[in-house]
Amino acid sequence: MYKLLFILIMFTIALPGWSRGTYQEPADFLLEIFQQKVPKAKVIWLSGEVRDKATEILTHKPRSLRVRYWANNEKSIWVLDEIGKTEPITVGFVISDNKITRVKVLIFRESRGSEIRHNFFTRQFNNAKLTQQNKLDRHIDGITGATLSVRALTRLSRLALYLNQQRLKK
Amino acid sequence: MRIFKLPALFTAAALSLPMSVHASEADLQKQINELKSRIEATSEIVESSTGNSKSHTGNGKTQIGGYGEMHYNNLSGKGGASDKTELDFHRFVLFFGHEFSDSIRFFSELEVEHVIAGEGQKGEVELEQAYIEFDINQDHYAKAGLFLVPVGIVNETHEPPTFYGVERNPIEKNIIPATWWEGGASVSGEFAKGWSYDVALTSGLDLGTSGTAKVRDGRNKVASASAESLMTTGRIKWTGIPGLEIAATLINQDDYTQGLGTKNAARLIETHAIWHTGSFALRALYASWDIKGQTSGYDKQSGFYIEPSFKLSEKVGVFARYNQYDNQAGDSSQKGEKTQTDVGINYWPHPDVVIKADYQNQSNDNNQDQNGFNIGVGYQF
Repeated sequence: MYKLLFILIMFTIALPGWSRGTYQEPADFLLEIFQQKVPKAKVIWLSGEVRDKATEILTHKPRSLRVRYWANNEKSIWVLDEIGKTEPITVGFVISDNKITRVKVLIFRESRGSEIRHNFFTRQFNNAKLTQQNKLDRHIDGITGATLSVRALTRLSRLALYLNQQRLKK
Repeated sequence: MRIFKLPALFTAAALSLPMSVHASEADLQKQINELKSRIEATSEIVESSTGNSKSHTGNGKTQIGGYGEMHYNNLSGKGGASDKTELDFHRFVLFFGHEFSDSIRFFSELEVEHVIAGEGQKGEVELEQAYIEFDINQDHYAKAGLFLVPVGIVNETHEPPTFYGVERNPIEKNIIPATWWEGGASVSGEFAKGWSYDVALTSGLDLGTSGTAKVRDGRNKVASASAESLMTTGRIKWTGIPGLEIAATLINQDDYTQGLGTKNAARLIETHAIWHTGSFALRALYASWDIKGQTSGYDKQSGFYIEPSFKLSEKVGVFARYNQYDNQAGDSSQKGEKTQTDVGINYWPHPDVVIKADYQNQSNDNNQDQNGFNIGVGYQF
């Protein structure tokens, strides 16, 4: 039995590898949300007070100088990256009327915690808004063993809402 | 001639003026566009040179991380148990990982326990993880190398900010026995929404031939370990509701003497549940070994704990834990049952830094108890 199990495991290892965790390409996410009519990308520069607030939300300095977003009159889309434990997680946020209307984990590169991509988890963010202190207006229940990924996703949701506010101030 | 030349010059200048202004605007726009392109290009270079990860080095494919904890124990022994008043930097751990490609990566964990290792010293230098992970497809992956056995709560997730109590719970230390790593290969993944599995074939325990061995003493640590008898591990886990985890692990090894004694099997069943809702959390775990051929009660080694906790704020949480275990549960006359109650507090000044304090009270069947308090500080990055 051991030999059979060993051969089975080695066979699966020897299979040509496909990357784990690319659930939807960001470009396809944009096409889906904007129903094939994707507006031109715009940019928010992370400088001055915006950079300071982004640093506060992320608990570290942002790794980029600007953030791209796509918006029409109804909604804006933000595709953001944040590291859970060692690898960046790519998440798409749809924001309408200063509320999150959809969260989709697009690419998950960490070894553990990929459960955060499921709808049973991400739907907790639906209709979430930002408080005066730039926190979410609700508690997000975590997933055991995925604590760092849950934290990363929560930070990104706050950042997306904050940047959307800055976009509207322009 | 002069008379005719001047108006002609004025006319020419007048005609050329708007063209010059127009040309300047076009030039300006061109310059603005060029500047925009240059800013864009500069930003991309700056962003790529700063990397896209918290601890990436070089080309961004190698990562480092780590955790550590220092403990102060102040325990009074009674019934023959020793006092313990000591300060110990218990664990200093560094992670190194490397991404060979999008689907093949390496992960390792190197640990120094108790500060100084070497002959006559209390410490150890240990390689706790070193494996290659291969993605099979979107939902399944395989590992080969030295990795943590997929069992229990603390064995795979044991960074100090992730659990309550200065010391790890005694059930996962003495029964499971964490931290427990073996060498071999495994396949893991998700087979339905919220359902995940692990199957592993690895090196196993060596409990010797005395017939009176504790499971914790049988860890080979993959140090030129005998591989006469391999160990199979299977785990199934459900995390289908946010905040809830229910898992069960079965471990089987046909010969725990590694071919040196009478062939006898060791089997572990472990199950646990974790529930977080709002500020409240509950952890409960049960583990039981059935070890054929052992005597003096060592043929059954089992235990359980239950741990409710409450977050008073984002930075402060309190807990209580009731632990009971017995390494000689196969014979009640051996007085091997140990009971420990812990109450304490965790303070997280940062999500990845924790200061802990707790009080422990033991009530062991052999009346040898160590009671007192513990203080600790820990971190992860």
